[in-house]
Amino acid sequence: MRDRRENPIPVILYKAFAYGFGGLCVIYLVAPIVIALTMSFTSGQTLKYPPQGFSLRWYAALLDPVRSATEHIAAWNSLKIAGLAVLGSLIFAVPATIGMTRMKRSTAGTIEPLLLAPLVLPSLVYGLAALIVANFIGFKPSLWLTVSGHVVVFGPLMYRAASVVAQGLNPSLAEASTTMGASWFMTLRRVTLPLLMPGILAGAFLVFIQSLDNVSVSLFLADARTTVLPLRMFALIEESLDVRVAAISGILIAVTLVGLLVARRVLAPPRQA
Amino acid sequence: MKASGFPYVLPMLLLSVAFFATPLAVLVGFSFAGPGGATLEHYARFFGDAFNFRVLVNTARLGLETVIGTTLLGVPIALLYWHGGRNLRQVLIFLTLIPMLTSNVVRTFAWIVILGRQGPISEALVGLGLTGMPTSLLFTELGLVMAMCQIDLPLIILPLIAILSRTPVQLTEAAQVSGAGPWRIFVTVLLPLMLPGLLAGWILVFASTSSSFVTQAVIGGARNVYVPQLIYREVGTLFDWPLASAIAVVLLLSTGCLLVALTMMSRHRRLVGHA
Repeated sequence: MRDRRENPIPVILYKAFAYGFGGLCVIYLVAPIVIALTMSFTSGQTLKYPPQGFSLRWYAALLDPVRSATEHIAAWNSLKIAGLAVLGSLIFAVPATIGMTRMKRSTAGTIEPLLLAPLVLPSLVYGLAALIVANFIGFKPSLWLTVSGHVVVFGPLMYRAASVVAQGLNPSLAEASTTMGASWFMTLRRVTLPLLMPGILAGAFLVFIQSLDNVSVSLFLADARTTVLPLRMFALIEESLDVRVAAISGILIAVTLVGLLVARRVLAPPRQA
Repeated sequence: MKASGFPYVLPMLLLSVAFFATPLAVLVGFSFAGPGGATLEHYARFFGDAFNFRVLVNTARLGLETVIGTTLLGVPIALLYWHGGRNLRQVLIFLTLIPMLTSNVVRTFAWIVILGRQGPISEALVGLGLTGMPTSLLFTELGLVMAMCQIDLPLIILPLIAILSRTPVQLTEAAQVSGAGPWRIFVTVLLPLMLPGLLAGWILVFASTSSSFVTQAVIGGARNVYVPQLIYREVGTLFDWPLASAIAVVLLLSTGCLLVALTMMSRHRRLVGHA
């Protein structure tokens, strides 16, 4: 390599590509988030960008209980649904995670695709299917129907996050606990669950975020009274391009950022690759 | 002693069968439902209408264009990750997760601002003297593809990053010592390494694009109709549930076929190497 004259131009071009173009692509990835965030502080009436001036008027308009009553109801519904979806996925997915580690590899391998299948299917198709069945049984679209839909569609996220941790666990820890005389419940509470906690928290975060953002399941399964936040935003955008959408976006971006920072703190793996 | 795990798995399994598999089976059944037994009438109606067929083709094209766009944007980011030190790598992961975890509607909203008549693109075009008056890319397929590419970009970056973070640097160093230039290393070593990640990403991007209801509706506008809106219209406005089911099955099958094809490709040893 040293004895040959290297042509420096391809190397320079490559560096420009990897660092320059790569950097531009990162900007493409992040800029829209920054733009939505800065837009929410505009003092103007329209979505003109760059914003005309700085103000908090759209946040004030959003917090105003009279002007934004519908948005408040929608946000509250979304939080309720997301919270219940997390609870539901805890109840179903965490035991499944524990059970899978106790099964024969081949059996677990057959069952797992069944549990993960909802992640692959377009949730719009699932929403329609669930609506048809609910209609057959005589259930009307409602908050509870929406929650059950979210548990089915996002529960697998909890399962996947927790099972990544579960597979790394040493099964002899639980065995040691039972051998030392701890009851089944004691072992679960003091050994297994604390060890699974990082996966469970990551799963809860993912389920919560996805449920909060979901449109296609709620579109079919929520009734008119249970408007959810993303659907309300969708309506605001379609009807009038209300700048309050920018304020809602600002809040959601802030929540995501905080959640991500906390998640990094809490869930940071002990060893860095 | 190994306690049986089955009782623990049973609740989720039942949930999956009763609330997921059964509705899907009913949906498929519904799409064949006729007054006098099974019928292909709804499929015939769907494919018989030139408009519907064009919608299907448009949706596939949108998915394909987004796959190409995200690849062109994702590979350079993966390259940046590969050459970056520990800090840069962590920053890149963080910057990828922020948009991914930010609500889809928020990201769509951001693109309304960007593509609109008063947005930065329009301002730049006017500023450069390329167009005399403000231009909007809203309600165009170009605008939609630009937005979809950004929205789905994390889905292709994350699998690439996952692979590259497991790959030892010595691999490219060996190629370098053997006298290969950086472009050659990129094409013959790095790209083949990335291929399994790209395949995984393509599946996710295509599936996500072809069913992204809100973004398609808002940025594509009324003139560019895609399959999800077609389904929603049949359900919500026209109350033609059997036809909606048939369209859903077609969407499912076409995404499913692509998924199977890509999965088989990723198992192909000569193509992907023996990773």
